[in-house]
Amino acid sequence: MKRIYLDNGATTPTHPEALKAMEPLFTQKYGNPSSIHSFGQEAKVAVDSAREDVQKLINARSPEEIIFTSGGTEANNLAVIGAAMAGKKRGKHIITSKIEHHAVLHPCEYLEKELDFQVTYLPVDEKGRVHIDDFKGAIKEDTILASIMMANNEIGTLQPVKEFTVAARESDVVFHTDAVQVAGTMPLDVQELGVDMLSMSAHKFNGPNGVGALYLRKGVKVHPHMHGGGQENKLRGSTHNTPGIVGLGWVCRYARETMDEKVKHLEELRDMLIEGIEERIPETILNGPRRERLPGNVHFCFPYIEGEAILLNLDLKGIAASSGSACTSGSLAPSHVLLGIGRSHELAHGSLRLTLGIDNTQEDVEYVLQVLPEIVQKLRDMSPLYNK
Amino acid sequence: MYSDKVMDHFTNPRNMGKMENPHGESQVGNPTCGDIMKIAIKVEDNRIKDIKFQTFGCGAAVATSSMITEMVKGKTLDEAMGISNKAVAEALDGLPPVKMHCSNLAAEALHKAIEDYKQRKKGKEEG
Ligand code: FES
Repeated sequence: MKRIYLDNGATTPTHPEALKAMEPLFTQKYGNPSSIHSFGQEAKVAVDSAREDVQKLINARSPEEIIFTSGGTEANNLAVIGAAMAGKKRGKHIITSKIEHHAVLHPCEYLEKELDFQVTYLPVDEKGRVHIDDFKGAIKEDTILASIMMANNEIGTLQPVKEFTVAARESDVVFHTDAVQVAGTMPLDVQELGVDMLSMSAHKFNGPNGVGALYLRKGVKVHPHMHGGGQENKLRGSTHNTPGIVGLGWVCRYARETMDEKVKHLEELRDMLIEGIEERIPETILNGPRRERLPGNVHFCFPYIEGEAILLNLDLKGIAASSGSACTSGSLAPSHVLLGIGRSHELAHGSLRLTLGIDNTQEDVEYVLQVLPEIVQKLRDMSPLYNK
Repeated sequence: MYSDKVMDHFTNPRNMGKMENPHGESQVGNPTCGDIMKIAIKVEDNRIKDIKFQTFGCGAAVATSSMITEMVKGKTLDEAMGISNKAVAEALDGLPPVKMHCSNLAAEALHKAIEDYKQRKKGKEEG
């Protein structure tokens, strides 16, 4: 059976060329970049050049502003906990939003519970946007840090980050953004955005798993959260994951070269999917804005039915997708993002996320549009809530 | 994640749909994750002659409702009342631990439908 991968928001396949670039770091240039011998120095050259590739992708001022991490979650933890700990003498108030990824929400909750910080969780509108007035209104005398994601991983909403950074700067608040869904997928310029910190992850844009980076603007203070050998400006002890870092560097270069094409390709398929679903399936609710959303993100609620049942049926047809239904979450609670935009528990149940990647084609979309309506109808016919 | 039996009942649910003029019916909700299940029965000579279900829930919820309808069709009311959620899960070759709560719904819906039938019968006899 033909298999179609539409869960690129969860992870993407590693580009074969990235893998090729990584291989010598396992077998030939296997030295520790902290060692002074030639083996180590070869590896260091590779790490340094990857650092420049990341710098260029996001237009950081210098490569020293890039801190390699084990991925997006670690970058978010380092940013949020690190900046909170470094700023706690100035104040203990943090601003974030209700629909952040758990890699930001849970560090915030940890700071609240264990270290007496206060956190304001800003609400979002029906499309998932944080409003600048709410943001400004939440800033207090003792606010030291704000963390608002660039784009939501579930419903794809893009946030007006630039507006927030202007307000944050005026009040001396360090601003972090989780750009894990954006980096490598949309153009990104940290200077233009005015962010102090930005998190990214390689495996979301065809790089390997287990590697990411935090952009840390020069002059912004964070405490290390991994204490060890003093790597990464003493912020992140641990021998460098040289193959991973080189893989990240490679995809950053590739993303820069192919960015325009990629955005165009994803947006075309995305709009085909959205319009096709709305045309073919009665009673659908698109989550997130129609245009100001991630180029590869499609997210719907289908009333009367449940998401895991949709996923299982799609999987039987070879299609991989995801859902924010309570039944698909280990905690058996519906997605906090869907509840955050005001969807009822019942509607959140019938949610479906399709996330496109560079390998998807128009035929993939057509196939989904062919099988999805039948699946939704079949499940609706089974549902006690559906009376048609 | 699911056994072949679960997937079989999920893809080809038995006795699914609405019933005209049921003798007893129930609708129950699952407090854990918010699912809803409906069961309707027809009874003859104290046996379940026909049974239908509708489910708003996950794969395990659909499979357990389908399985329980198959298990009790033709059984006496007492036999049907004796069927536990564990028995349904076992008949499906087991469920993942996080999905055990889904099987409660099927047993509960069945038992309530039988109670509803008994209530109605009592009402008729008394009235
Ligand atoms: S019915 Fe919700 S998890 Fe099974």
